[in-house]
Formats: sequence, C-alpha cells, structure tokens
Amino acid sequence: MSAPETPPTPRDETAGDVFSGENRARLELDAKDVIARYPKPRSALLPLLHLVQSEEGFVSTAGIAFCAEQLGITTAEVTAVATFYTMYKRRPVGDYHVGVCTNPLCAVMGGDEIFAGLKEHLDVGNDETTADGKITLEHLECNAACDFAPVVMVNWEFFDDQTPESAKKLVDDLRLGKDVKPTRGPNSLCTWKQASRVLAGFDDGRAAEGPQAGAPSLAGLEVARERGWRAPEPAAAPAPADEEDAE
Amino acid sequence: MTTLTPILSRNWDRPDSFTLAAYRETGGYEALRAALGMTPDAIVDLVKASGLRGRGGAGFPTGMKWGFLPKDNPNPRYLVVNADESEPGTCKDMPLLLANPHALVEGIAIASYAINSRNAFVYVRGEVLHVIRRLRNAVAEAYEAGLLGKDILGSGFDLDVVVHSGAGAYICGEETALLDSLEGYRGQPRLKPPFPAVAGLYASPTVVNNVESIASVPGIVANGADWFTSMGTEKSAGFGFFSLSGHVTRPGQYEAPLGVTLRELLEMAGGVRDGRRLKFWTPGGSSTPIFTEEHLDIPLDFESVGAAGSMLGTRALQIFDETTSVVRAVRGWIEFYAHESCGKCTPCREGNFWMAQVLRRIEAGKGTEEDVAKLLDICDNLLGRSFCALGDGATSPVTSAIKYFREEFIAGTHTPAWELFPYQRTTRWASESVEEDA
Ligand SMILES: Cc1cc2nc3c(=O)[nH]c(=O)nc-3n(C[C@H](O)[C@H](O)[C@H](O)COP(=O)(O)O)c2cc1C
Ligand code: SF4
Ligand code: FES
Repeated sequence: MSAPETPPTPRDETAGDVFSGENRARLELDAKDVIARYPKPRSALLPLLHLVQSEEGFVSTAGIAFCAEQLGITTAEVTAVATFYTMYKRRPVGDYHVGVCTNPLCAVMGGDEIFAGLKEHLDVGNDETTADGKITLEHLECNAACDFAPVVMVNWEFFDDQTPESAKKLVDDLRLGKDVKPTRGPNSLCTWKQASRVLAGFDDGRAAEGPQAGAPSLAGLEVARERGWRAPEPAAAPAPADEEDAE
Repeated sequence: MTTLTPILSRNWDRPDSFTLAAYRETGGYEALRAALGMTPDAIVDLVKASGLRGRGGAGFPTGMKWGFLPKDNPNPRYLVVNADESEPGTCKDMPLLLANPHALVEGIAIASYAINSRNAFVYVRGEVLHVIRRLRNAVAEAYEAGLLGKDILGSGFDLDVVVHSGAGAYICGEETALLDSLEGYRGQPRLKPPFPAVAGLYASPTVVNNVESIASVPGIVANGADWFTSMGTEKSAGFGFFSLSGHVTRPGQYEAPLGVTLRELLEMAGGVRDGRRLKFWTPGGSSTPIFTEEHLDIPLDFESVGAAGSMLGTRALQIFDETTSVVRAVRGWIEFYAHESCGKCTPCREGNFWMAQVLRRIEAGKGTEEDVAKLLDICDNLLGRSFCALGDGATSPVTSAIKYFREEFIAGTHTPAWELFPYQRTTRWASESVEEDA
C-alpha cells in the first residue's frame, strides 16, 4: 500500500501564496496525477477542488484560478462548480469541521438538541467558526449512518450514537488538542486539510485502522447466528439455468 | 416465517473483513474467475435470469439494463457505480463498503467484463472519509493481486477502476446528475432520453448501478440464478439490506429476502423501543410515502409496497414511535428537499421553498385554515411536473402524512407541534425518563 503522506504544514496566514513558487510546482505534479486518472481532463475538477481546499482549508479565488489553469477552462466555469457543492467552503474553516446531522431521523433521535447545545457551548451559529479558529460548526443532512443516530461527523469521520454531553466533551477535547477517536474511522483524527487531500484521491495509509463495522451493522448477522439462520446453500438449489422455480 | 440471509454481510464480524485476504478466505474472487471463463453475453443472460432488480431505489432489472447497451456503438463503454447514498434514511451501502469493499470490487470486475467496459468509476459521496479510504485500499489491493488492471487473471481482459469522491449534493445520486458531476460540472439532471445506456458518461454507452446491485452479482455468478430466485418473491427476487433506524430497540442492517415484513423485522430487532407504539415509518427513504401500523404485514417487495401506495425504494426503514410529531418530521424532510433542489426547474425550486414556509408555520402552531389545501395544491403542481424524481419524491412525505395524520396538520392552526409532542421525549436518551414525561 502507499506510504503515509507527509502532513501539509499549516499555511493559513499565507492565503493564496500557496499557489506560487516551489509549492505550486509540487501542486502541479499532484494535479497532473489527478488529471491522468480520467479519460477527459475536466472530470478532474471535483478532486482538484478538494486538492486546493487541502492547501488552504477552503477554496479561495487563487485556488479557483489554479484549477482553471490546470484544466484550461475559465475561472467562471470553476466558480460555478465550486459554489454548487456544499463540501467546498468559500471561507476559512477551522482545524476541525464539526457536522451535526439534523435530518429528521437524527433530529428526532436527538440531533436537534445536540446541535442547539453545541451552538450555545461554542457560541457560534450554523456555518461559523469559533474565535480561536479551531472549530467550524455546521448542521448536516443525512450522512448514511441513520442506524447510529444521532450522528456527528468531525472532518468527515463518524462519531456515532452521540448525546449532548458526549458532543460537548468531543469539541472540548478538540479545542484542548486531546486525542479523539472516531467510532468508525482511523485511530485518530486528521486535520480538515488532510481530510481534503484524501478526498482528492491521495491516500494517507490509514485504511486498515479502526473497526470493520459498528454494532448496528452487525445486528442482523448476530440475530442470524443466534437463531442458526443462513442463506440457502448453493447446492440446495438446482444447477444454474435448469428448471425455473427452485422451491 | 421469513429468516435472515446474511450474504454480503456474512463475514462482517471478522475484524479483518475488509481485507483481500479475508475476502478470499470466504470464497472471494472465485466468481470473477468463473465469470472470465464465460462469454460476456452469458453473464448478462445469467443476471437477467436471476431477476436481480436495481437496489438503488427504482428497481429496474439489472440484466435488462446491461442488455440495453447498443451493440453497434463504437464508443468506449463505461460502468459507473452509484455510491452517493444520500436518500434520507438510507444507510446500507456505506457499511457495506466499510466492512466488505471487495464484494463491490469483484462485482465491478464481473459487470465490466459482461458489458465490455474497460473503465469503471465509483462515485462515492464525499462526506464519508473512512469509507473512501477502505474502498480505495480495496481497489489498490485488487490491482496488486492482478484482479484489476491489465490482463486480469490471465484472461486478456483489462479494467481500470477509479474511485471518485463527490462534494456534497444529494441530487448527484440521480444518475444523469451524477454523470454531469463526474464530468466536472454542476450536478444537474439531464433530459432523458437519451438514456445513459445510449449516451451516458462522455456521451458514451454507460451503465449506472447502485453499490448493492453490483455487489450482489458475484453471488449470482458463483451460486446460480436459481439460488438467487430461491429467495424473495416471484417478481422481486433475491435478498437485500433492510436498514432499521430510529425508535427501535436494535437498529441496524438486516439482510433478508425481499418480501419480509416490518412485523418480522421488528421482532428480530427487539421491537419498537421501550414497548412504545409504532406511529409511522418509511419503507424506502424519505421519498417514499410513509406507512403506519396498518402496514406492518405488507411484504416488503416492489409489487406489494407499490400496491399499498408507497415504494420499496432503498429499504430504508425509519421507525418513528408515538412520541413523534409527524409535522416535525415532514417539515425537516421538506427543508432537506428545498436545500437539495438543484434549481433547474421551477415547480421543485419554488414548490419546496413554499412548502417549507408553510410547514414551519404549522409546526409552530401558526398555520391557517387553508394551509393543508395549500400544501396539497403545491404537491399537485410538483408531482409529475418536475424535471427529475427529486421533485416527485418531495411530495411523498407531505401527501402521505396528510392522508394518515390530517388532524395533526389541522392542530397546527392553534397548537405548536412541540406542545403536542414534547421534543425531549423522542430522543435516544429519553427512554430513561419515560415515566416522568408520560
Ligand atoms: C434525487 C435522487 C437521488 C438518488 N440517489 C441515489 C443514490 O444515492 N444511490 C443510488 O444508487 N441511486 C440513487 N438514485 C437512483 C439513481 O438515479 C439510479 O436509478 C440508480 O443509481 C440505478 O442503479 P440500480 O438500477 O442499480 O438501482 C437517486 C435518484 C434520485 C432521483
Ligand atoms: S426536480 Fe428539482 S432537483 Fe430535479 S431537476 Fe428540477 S429543480 Fe433540479
Ligand atoms: S438521518 Fe442522520 S445519518 Fe441519516
């Protein structure tokens, strides 16, 4: 498997400058690598936007220009795409993006209360960043983890089965720089920028970390094992393409 | 009595279930070897004979879809796997990819061979970092083992697979919007026809299939069509994930033959939490009309659910008990559709915006006498008049909730939903305090 990537150094203070000089040369190589994956270069636009977000923490005007140049399209074309997708942020995001699912299933299971609690605890509104620049809070739509409701995502890692208290402790730990561990994810969190780099298609070598499944994922399998239920044996069915109607 | 049939989930309790080694120990990639010894057409025929229908919501027969690719089109063919999984309540493909990504990778190799595609793409929603790591890793493992790439298993068949991360947009699950997104554009649906089979990715013949559909193919190749049809019903063959969430004692994934009932599934899952009463549920995500207690015995297959006025959809069974305000849930779903509407057509863009306003008012107890009629009127203008199925789907929760719980919407003219159904009673942690609240 590919070796872990070296984590990008923080460069918040130099917004835009990352697309010049040596750093630009490195990013152009990355961009080439992304473009080469596709039959047509324009398909690389979404991963390239993830790539520029991994440098600055958001998609800046300079980032948009970088994408446009790599693909030979206009900045207006790139902007139209960047603004369509909610994962691309047009303002700097904190080190940790905390998303609370408030789609009805999670909302009813407690997501609304968790989100309200975090807004108060962090003293921010939706899509706002704490004064120390550490945490950006956002409410999310269904994140495909409803059987673990209520769900919180940090830098797009799963924090399942949350309560208002556990969510507050989670953000406190993040602000204090303590280690936190996703419930179904790697052994520790990566930063928002590192996460964006994985989304751009650059592996961080952490796929094997963490559990294979959470308890709800195994709920049916456990019932089947307890009760001795299995899928039919292939031998029990007639050979393929024989008579219709097995049973 | 219907019993569970763990197939795709059968190895999930192995801590290393996601590795190539573990997958191979449980028979993985034997189906690919067998498939490569068959003609592509024979595989398409086998999948047709199995009766496999799309697991992404619409239930279109998979083998028939593969058979639609025009034989005389000289352009390259593409397989695109839809791993966008964003329909509210749907939570099956992500745990499958986390625990058993090789089932998809093997399915991709077989399906690509069957449709003669040399390039396959998996479009995964972006908000699931570890799922993406696992899937990318599985693809890399398969390349290293000669199961993808050049001359797969010495057969002369070449296949490249690209894992592509989306960037947050429910509409990109709609197959033509997905293709636009994969081409690097805003994800907005295309006019059909032409269908993707004729002019899909880069205007080339393309098959778009759901993760679970493709992951079901290796089992069919390994065990035969009759094995598959020995599960399920005549027109809804085989097995699938039933995802229970919400007010149920043991939420989670239950892999069962199509045609199982919610009553049976609830029995396996320990029932509605705390012995409470079932109030309403979705059979297949928020875009499928809700059901109530009276539908507990409807066989969960395409035909029976349709005949009862809803859709099987993605088998996303969101369970809400008697503590829940249906108005609150519907308001939340419509806010979702309003947020996710791509804006291409007026009925959907405007209709969802207005419905959200009306529903917020009703939830707050400030609705007017005309509001229910207004909602139904907007739905009338939306259903069948929107450019894609997102707009149609948005009407499902509204019209079905009004059908079964009209009085709750009427109550919204004078009493806030949170007074009728105190919101602190619905939470996961509320079960500890049942007595105090009751
Ligand atoms: C708004 C909308 C969202 C959709 N989201 C998904 C999705 O996330 N995953 C999926 O497989 N199909 C989704 N579909 C259905 C796809 O358009 C398509 O029917 C499906 O991917 C075909 O695969 P199948 O035949 O294997 O089911 C969605 C449809 C609509 C209208
Ligand atoms: S129905 Fe909604 S999502 Fe579909 S094309 Fe129209 S505006 Fe876009
Ligand atoms: S509703 Fe929150 S993850 Fe699905």
